[in-house]
Formats: sequence, structure tokens, C-alpha cells
Amino acid sequence: MTVNKGRIFAALAAMAIFSGALATVMSEKGEAHAAPATKQDAAPAAAPAAVNTFNRLLKGAGERNLPPTEDGIHDPANPGTALLQTPRDAFSTLSKSTGAMGNGVNWVEALKNNQINPRYDRLNPAEEAVVFDLDIVREVKGSMPNVVYPHDRHTMWLDCSNCHPDIFIPQKGANQISMAQIVMGEKCGVCHGKVAFPVGECRRCHSQNKDASGAPAAKAKK
Amino acid sequence: MKKLTKNLLILLPLTAGLLFTAPPEAEAEYADVVINNYSDAAGMRPAIFPHWFHRIRFRCKVCHADLGFKFQAGGNQINMLKIIDGEYCGGCHNGEIAWSVENCDMCHSGKPGTPTQVHGSTVQKLVDPKMVAPGK
Ligand code: HEC
Ligand code: HEC
Ligand code: HEC
Ligand code: HEC
Ligand code: HEC
Ligand code: HEC
Repeated sequence: MTVNKGRIFAALAAMAIFSGALATVMSEKGEAHAAPATKQDAAPAAAPAAVNTFNRLLKGAGERNLPPTEDGIHDPANPGTALLQTPRDAFSTLSKSTGAMGNGVNWVEALKNNQINPRYDRLNPAEEAVVFDLDIVREVKGSMPNVVYPHDRHTMWLDCSNCHPDIFIPQKGANQISMAQIVMGEKCGVCHGKVAFPVGECRRCHSQNKDASGAPAAKAKK
Repeated sequence: MKKLTKNLLILLPLTAGLLFTAPPEAEAEYADVVINNYSDAAGMRPAIFPHWFHRIRFRCKVCHADLGFKFQAGGNQINMLKIIDGEYCGGCHNGEIAWSVENCDMCHSGKPGTPTQVHGSTVQKLVDPKMVAPGK
């Protein structure tokens, strides 16, 4: 499952470079004084290996939570990089999430189970969050379960002013929300898919099952 | 000449293959924020803010309400003067709440040239049109 695509590709690439280098050496030996061919001489073609790769489009299927020295964004030549914490270590004691994207952490559970104790005030570690308990149900047309927006699990982290009124008018049903906007990073997507759990974890938002008529099912999950 | 062309014919697809597969994509942590409005131009490595690391220690409210960070990577025009005056990162990286600003390379840790971004965002992970129609 955790086969590192990057490494396999690196190996393939190394083979390609090697055979490429061989071809160059051969051509140098054979036709040392030949004029360089122009680009038009070569018909466009792709190596079979590149055409039929197993995952043509899937990105980022490699290892997750890599140490900063190996993650491709931090500069390994920078002395501070090696001192930074590896996400895997930080997350080792936290509840896991199921999706293949994001941090792989269930931040709701991690907070609820006191695995982390993030400060609500910059200076005072004892200050408690002002939690507001109000669920807003947004009915969804079609087959997808309804969306339940929980104020409590948001206000444990956030201030009302983080959402109201810039992202959402504080009035039930007053906001037009669609998946297209969320995917592009608007509405719920301001946070989900950037820093909070990713958009692919559909059922965490679409959590209220409904019957065929669209009414909430009797045993709907809260 | 013919032979060289033939060799090039072998070479070209191989290099085309290289373009598809290498360089391997960056696999930094979800929500590592690269901030590079000024760093490249100033000859510093871009700053990398590990968002996931900070939320283990602080609720969103502390930074996004109390300290006034806007919800936009690169959207706060942070510079060193503001930081030493106690704004933005300087609200904590002051030697009291967290280690102080002289640890330049703890923050300026990015590969030069890395653009401002929230790493691993949905938009970044969508199937890339460039992969379907390379060169377009
Ligand atoms: C609300 C307080 C706060 C703010 C604001 C803040 N930090 Fe931090 N930061 C911390 C604390 C606390 C630590 C942990 C310090 C320690 O380990 O002693 C830390 C650690 C770090 C680390 C090291 C992580 C590791 O792997 O050990 C980096 C890098 C960092 N901060 C960058 C930044 C940058 C860049 C900014 C501004 C964009 C910033 N911080 C703003 C509190 C803050
Ligand atoms: C993460 C974003 C977020 C935060 C933080 C947030 N809200 Fe909301 N709030 C919403 C959304 C989404 C709705 C539903 C709007 C809709 O249905 O169009 C809503 C609706 C409301 C409503 C309207 C309820 C109704 O029945 O009409 C009130 C009142 C409200 N919020 C108050 C608050 C208060 C008070 C806080 C802080 C304690 C807060 N909100 C924090 C996102 C947020
Ligand atoms: C962060 C919360 C969230 C996540 C995650 C999420 N959705 Fe949604 N979804 C919503 C909201 C909010 C609406 C708008 C409901 C309404 O009409 O008020 C919506 C609407 C929809 C609709 C109705 C049509 C439309 O475009 O608005 C469909 C279908 C849908 N979502 C599918 C999905 C699928 C599939 C996934 C997983 C890939 C997903 N959603 C993940 C919040 C979410
Ligand atoms: C300002 C940022 C922000 C916005 C906007 C936002 N969320 Fe969230 N949401 C969070 C954070 C932070 C959490 C805590 C969990 C995490 O980080 O993964 C959370 C948690 C949740 C949970 C709890 C999941 C669980 O497992 O209990 C649901 C459901 C949810 N969000 C739905 C929504 C919906 C629907 C919207 C849009 C109407 C929305 N959120 C908008 C930041 C946000
Ligand atoms: C707590 C994190 C942090 C530390 C420590 C830090 N910086 Fe910065 N620095 C930043 C951020 C964030 C920016 C904005 C980056 C951007 O937009 O390109 C920045 C920008 C800069 C800039 C360009 C803008 C300006 O103010 O001129 C320079 C130059 C710079 N830093 C130098 C330094 C030097 C030298 C040190 C060590 C003495 C240092 N920084 C320490 C976070 C930090
Ligand atoms: C220690 C400070 C700190 C904490 C705590 C914090 N953030 Fe941030 N956040 C930042 C900084 C810094 C940025 C980048 C801003 C910049 O580049 O100027 C950022 C960026 C963001 C963005 C913008 C992403 C984009 O689209 O570019 C969102 C959304 C966000 N944070 C939400 C949250 C949520 C939700 C939480 C709580 C779960 C949270 N933040 C906790 C400091 C913090």
C-alpha cells in the first residue's frame, strides 16, 4: 500500500538516464563529426513505460508525513532544516483519520481525548474556549446525505469573527454553498482542503442519512 | 547522420519519459505554508510555516483573531520589521513564548524559488491539465 511511487519513478528515471547516456556515448563513437540533428528530424513519440504507467494521473501516492529534509520543499542544505520536527513523530500519539489525504490526524478526536491541549489564549494556558452548540442542517438534493454543520466542533478552535460575517452570514439558509465552491477553496473550503480535514472525507460533512423522499432518516447520525 | 538521428529518436522519448516522471513531486506535510513574497528577492530562503505544528499548541483563534493573521498564504505582507516589533510571528517568536528571531534558518528553511502556497491543498491535488496535455 505504501509503495513509494517517487522511488519507483526515480529508479525508472535512472534507468532512462543510463540508457540515454549509453546512446549518447555510442553516437559519439560512431559519428563523432556529424552535424547536430535538428528537432524536426525526430518524430514525437513516447516511451512505452511512460505511456502506460499504472497511475497515469494520481498524484502524491507516496509516503506521508516525511521528515522536512526529504519532503521536497525544505532545503536539506539549510542547517535549521534538520532541527525541525518530523510530522510522523508529532502525530504518533494522535487519533488517526481514515482518508488518504490531509495530515492523517483526526483533529476532532485528538482535541476531545486531550491528546493535544492547544492554548485558546496566547499567554494564558488555562483559558477555556467559548464553545457554542448549534448544529445547522443543510439539505442536499440527490443521493448524498445531508450536511450537518456543527458549531461546537468549530468554536472549540475558532472565534465567531473568523467566519461571521466574512465567510458566512449568520442566518440559517442565507448562504449559497456548493461543492464546486468548496473544491475551489471558498465557503467551507476556506479551511477544509487547506488546513482542516480534506474535502475527500465526504461523510464527515455529509453525515445525516435521509430516506428516499429526502427527509432525514429515523436513525440519522447526529 | 542517419545513425545520429536514430540515436536521437531513442533519446528523445527517454527524455520525454523523464519529464513525465521526474522530478519527483514534493511531498511536504499537508498545511506546510510557504511564504515567499520577499525572501527570494532578498536572497533569503523562503519562510516555511508548519501550520500543523502550531495548531497542536494554539487554537486558530489565537492567530487568526487575536494576532490578526488573514486566511491567505502570503496575504499578510509579513516582514522582519513587523516581526521584531511583535507582530505576526513576532507575537510569539520573541524569546518568551517561543525561540527568538535570531534563529533565521528555522523559519527560512525553504528551497530557493519555492512559490507561496499551502502545501497539499485540494486545488493543488486536483488532476493537473498539464499531465493530460503536456506542454499546454
Ligand atoms: C501564537 C504563537 C506563535 C506564532 C504567532 C508563531 N509561532 Fe512559530 N512556534 C511557536 C511555538 C510555541 C513553537 C515551539 C517552540 C519550541 O519548540 O520551543 C514554534 C515553533 C516554530 C517552528 C519550529 C517547528 C519545529 O519543527 O520545531 C517554526 C519553523 C516556526 N515556529 C515558524 C513560525 C513562523 C514562520 C511564524 C510566522 C508566520 C510563526 N512561527 C508564528 C509559536 C508561534
Ligand atoms: C467555521 C465557521 C463558523 C464559525 C467559527 C461560527 N459560525 Fe455561526 N454559522 C456558520 C454557518 C456555516 C452557519 C449556517 C449559515 C447558513 O445556513 O447559511 C452559521 C449560522 C449561525 C447563526 C444562524 C443560526 C440560525 O438558526 O439562523 C448564528 C446565530 C451563528 N451562526 C452564530 C455564531 C456564533 C455566536 C459563533 C461564535 C461562538 C459562530 N456562529 C461561529 C459558520 C460558523
Ligand atoms: C467540508 C464539508 C464538506 C465535505 C468534506 C464535502 N461536502 Fe459536499 N457539500 C457540502 C455543503 C455545505 C454542500 C451544500 C449543501 C447545500 O445545498 O446547502 C454540499 C453539497 C454537495 C452536493 C450537492 C450538489 C452541489 O454541488 O452542491 C453533492 C453531490 C456533494 N456535496 C458531494 C460531495 C462529495 C462526493 C464529497 C466528497 C468528495 C463531498 N461532497 C464532501 C459540504 C461538504
Ligand atoms: C474557518 C475554518 C473552517 C471553515 C470555514 C469550516 N470549517 Fe469545518 N472544521 C474546521 C476545523 C479546524 C475543524 C476541526 C477538525 C479538523 O481540523 O480537521 C472542523 C471540523 C468540522 C466538522 C467535524 C468533523 C468531525 O469529525 O466531527 C464538520 C462536520 C465540519 N467541519 C464541516 C464544515 C462545513 C459543512 C463547513 C461549511 C459550512 C465548514 N466545516 C467550514 C474549520 C473550518
Ligand atoms: C519566526 C520566523 C522567522 C525568523 C526566525 C526569521 N524570519 Fe525573516 N521572515 C519571516 C517571514 C514569515 C518573512 C516573510 C517572507 C516572505 O514573504 O518572503 C520573512 C522575511 C524576511 C526578509 C525579507 C523581508 C524583509 O523584512 O526585508 C528578510 C531579508 C529576512 N526575513 C531575513 C531574516 C534574517 C536575517 C533572520 C535572522 C536574523 C530572519 N529573517 C529570521 C520569518 C522569520
Ligand atoms: C500559530 C499561529 C496559527 C494558528 C494557531 C493557526 N494558524 Fe492558520 N495560518 C497561520 C499563518 C501564519 C498562515 C499563513 C498566512 C500568511 O502566509 O501570511 C495561516 C494560514 C491559514 C489559512 C489560509 C490558507 C490559504 O488559503 O492560503 C487558513 C484557512 C487557516 N490558516 C486556518 C486556520 C485554522 C482553521 C486554524 C485552527 C485549526 C489555524 N489556522 C490555526 C497561523 C496560524
